[in-house]
Amino acid sequence: MIELNDKQRAEIAAHGERDYPHECCGLLLGRFTPAGVKTISEIYPISNAREEQAKRNRFLIRPEELLRGERYASERRQEVVGFYHSHPDHPAVPSQYDLDHAWPLYSYAIVAVRAGSAGEVRSWEMEADRSKFNEEEIQYSQYSANVSLLQGSDVL
Amino acid sequence: MPVTINIPTALRQFTGGTNQVEVEAATAGEALDRLTALHNDLRRHLYDDRNELRSFVNVYVNDEDVRHRLGPATPLNDGDNVMIVPSIAGGLTTEVDREALPSLSNEEIGRYSRHLIMPEVGLEGQRRLKAASVLMIGTGGLGAPCGMYLAAAGIGRLGIVDFDVVESSNLQRQIIHGTADIGRPKIESARDRLRDINPHIEIETHETRLSSSNALSLFGNYDIVVDGTDNFPTRYLVNDACVLLHKPNVYGSIFRFEGQASVFWADAPNGGGPCYRCLYAEPPPPGLVPNCAEGGVLGVLPGIVGTIQATETIKLILGAKDTLVNRLLLFDAWQMKFREFKLRKDPNCPMCSENATIKELIDYEEFCGLRTQTEEPKDMLEEITATELRRRMDANPELQVIDVREPFEQEIARIEGTKLIPLAQVVARMNEIDPSRETVLHCKAGVRSAMAIASLKKAGFPGRLINLKGGITAWSDEVDPAVPKY
Repeated sequence: MIELNDKQRAEIAAHGERDYPHECCGLLLGRFTPAGVKTISEIYPISNAREEQAKRNRFLIRPEELLRGERYASERRQEVVGFYHSHPDHPAVPSQYDLDHAWPLYSYAIVAVRAGSAGEVRSWEMEADRSKFNEEEIQYSQYSANVSLLQGSDVL
Repeated sequence: MPVTINIPTALRQFTGGTNQVEVEAATAGEALDRLTALHNDLRRHLYDDRNELRSFVNVYVNDEDVRHRLGPATPLNDGDNVMIVPSIAGGLTTEVDREALPSLSNEEIGRYSRHLIMPEVGLEGQRRLKAASVLMIGTGGLGAPCGMYLAAAGIGRLGIVDFDVVESSNLQRQIIHGTADIGRPKIESARDRLRDINPHIEIETHETRLSSSNALSLFGNYDIVVDGTDNFPTRYLVNDACVLLHKPNVYGSIFRFEGQASVFWADAPNGGGPCYRCLYAEPPPPGLVPNCAEGGVLGVLPGIVGTIQATETIKLILGAKDTLVNRLLLFDAWQMKFREFKLRKDPNCPMCSENATIKELIDYEEFCGLRTQTEEPKDMLEEITATELRRRMDANPELQVIDVREPFEQEIARIEGTKLIPLAQVVARMNEIDPSRETVLHCKAGVRSAMAIASLKKAGFPGRLINLKGGITAWSDEVDPAVPKY
């Protein structure tokens, strides 16, 4: 399961719309809880490193970018717990290409963007034997200033 | 040499939660071998089936990517730090990676040369065709020419579904089968012909009746589905399964001199297209639209429509823009005219809209009203066999037999001593049937005569009406082989 607030969901949707018809991508920062739940504290957009003609249906986050994101997260006592990307004009279901390139443990959130407007967001985690993706529940919470204050205190 | 390996977050579950592992190794490759020997489950995440490091696994030695040095042979020194760093990739697969496309042999290059010299296809397009997989439903009128051209075009993997046997009445249009194939399963006859056309492709045969229980697993293995069916339950089944699996459905249908073709693809690029249900939400009442066996079809017609389907299939694979997505093509061979309708996605389509209510395959026989139709009339409809009719005709001179076929059908074949009243006129000419006498109605195969009986009863005909099971075809089989079958 993954916990996301409505403001974060809106940020993912907005990024998908902004980059349409290309695929957008980014990191989900937060924490792995002992119960196996991932709580998201921040959406960290990355600019798609794919060359121009491949961006339509591919995204790539380079290792240096990921390391930068991990550093940013650890400074805030958070971790990279997953990634998000968009499927322009396709449902929010992982493709075979997604599966072929997936890492275990992380959440893979996908936002479907149809004709420029964002629709469903679904999240997936790969089976440890790499055979398939399992959909994971997204628990939506309401964004509140308190949450961000708590995160603020983490920084201090 | 003792070195430490940094394990990324995602893989720590395979190293017992630790983020650093110490091993003895002289090269980066050896270090990973030692690591995966210690923690076996790690291997499949780092290496692919060919035992090569996965493209999204990056290995750094002291902050330098080994790809910029000697790769796995990069030497290690005492205390070096080996870091495994993920790159994260993903995306849709509609556009195949160039490097992942299969290559063509010299013989294939020669065979496909007329394709290769057109920029719209070219070497890359031909390799895409080779990488593609297409499933054809049926090897009948539409499937025959479509399959032959797809095989000739070099579609890498061609699946065919059929459960029928070749009959002589098929050969007027199903040119994939020959006279020597009569009595053989269509699937075998089709496979042999396709193999002869192109030995470079894979042909997969599925000798089965397509159903709600096997459609999804069958379709799941192919990129594109070509619908060459001749009945409504299967057509809706093909449509729904394609929508559920996000696959394009290349549609064609034929009747007498008219044909239709389109591409139904709810998940097409640039906003998606309509599905078959956007066009026809509900099937027509059973019996209203006759099939080709009842109504006839010009043999060349499926040749035209089936090759349109083959063309559209190839264009989808090549990534052409102007496909039949969003368009319905109508063809009339008698007038020799093509017309075109623009199709729109139904915003309330029960299958492919945002408000879809159907989330899984249903019972399509029932949906098309066929289940209830065959059950109800069974109780009400009195039927006899051809043999029994012969006996009663001999025993009872009062018996009247009404032929509800068309006059031109009677010219081909007739049962002596019958009266012709075509189905469309049967109610209007009800007074020509004597209600005090026992009456048997017949047509070609028994469907139209059953409909005639239902209409007559509904119109209040008071006499006893009996249907000839299997029509004049059964008469030819059981009673008089001199009557030709058509």
